[in-house]
Amino acid sequence: MNNNNGEIKKMMIILSKGTLENVYAAFVLANGARMEGIEAEMFFTFFGLEAIHKKKLSHLHVATVGNPAMHMPTMLGGLPGVEALATSMMKKEMEKIDMPGVEEFLEILTASGVKLWACKLAMDMFHYKKEDMYEGIGDVITVGDFYKKSAGEGTQMLFI
Amino acid sequence: MEKIIAGKSIAVNEEGYLTRFDQWDENIGETLAGEANIQLSPRHWEVLTYLQNEFKKEVPLSIRKVGKSGVVDIKEFYQLFPVAPLKTATKIAGIPKPASCI
Repeated sequence: MNNNNGEIKKMMIILSKGTLENVYAAFVLANGARMEGIEAEMFFTFFGLEAIHKKKLSHLHVATVGNPAMHMPTMLGGLPGVEALATSMMKKEMEKIDMPGVEEFLEILTASGVKLWACKLAMDMFHYKKEDMYEGIGDVITVGDFYKKSAGEGTQMLFI
Repeated sequence: MEKIIAGKSIAVNEEGYLTRFDQWDENIGETLAGEANIQLSPRHWEVLTYLQNEFKKEVPLSIRKVGKSGVVDIKEFYQLFPVAPLKTATKIAGIPKPASCI
């Protein structure tokens, strides 16, 4: 039985996507948890690994195709340069609201005590090595390890 | 609503934040810090003074801004105020809770 009144004590956030809007959503949620005194850990898997890949993390894009909320015809979204244009517009808007870039955001997260983990299976699949990844990550772990780290009352898990 | 802090009746909101900064003094800061289980050191006071100055200049506060302030970095900010640093520090400083998400 749960006797902690439903209070959230730890957020376990799984990031499986590498599009800028999803990466930011996960980062804001993790940082927001720490700002409220809630522990936070992140598990980067599949395309989510791009957010912690040294050479890729500064080049993430928003998705212009297959995203109806962009209000852009799919054919147009697929034209060369459109994705880059949409991304640069979004980055400008984000800077206006004091949103850090991906690398700076990772620094904020690690300084705030967010633990970052890379998924072993996805690392193997993409042939990434730990040296390829952002220095602030804790380790390369399995899904089982991640579940073990999630133990405890008041833990919530989120898949993005 | 009113709350007795350090022997004085102080105007606070439902979360315990002072609603009138002019009622704040260092004793109140010490008492509010005690309620948050924090023993204030000179480093704490440097950060609290910085936050109050930003408030007086009407600059909206965020973790990112505090980290770039040159007064304290984010890691130390979390060491000084381990649980919800921006919320806790602004409460002790007698200024409103920042509405920032980052």
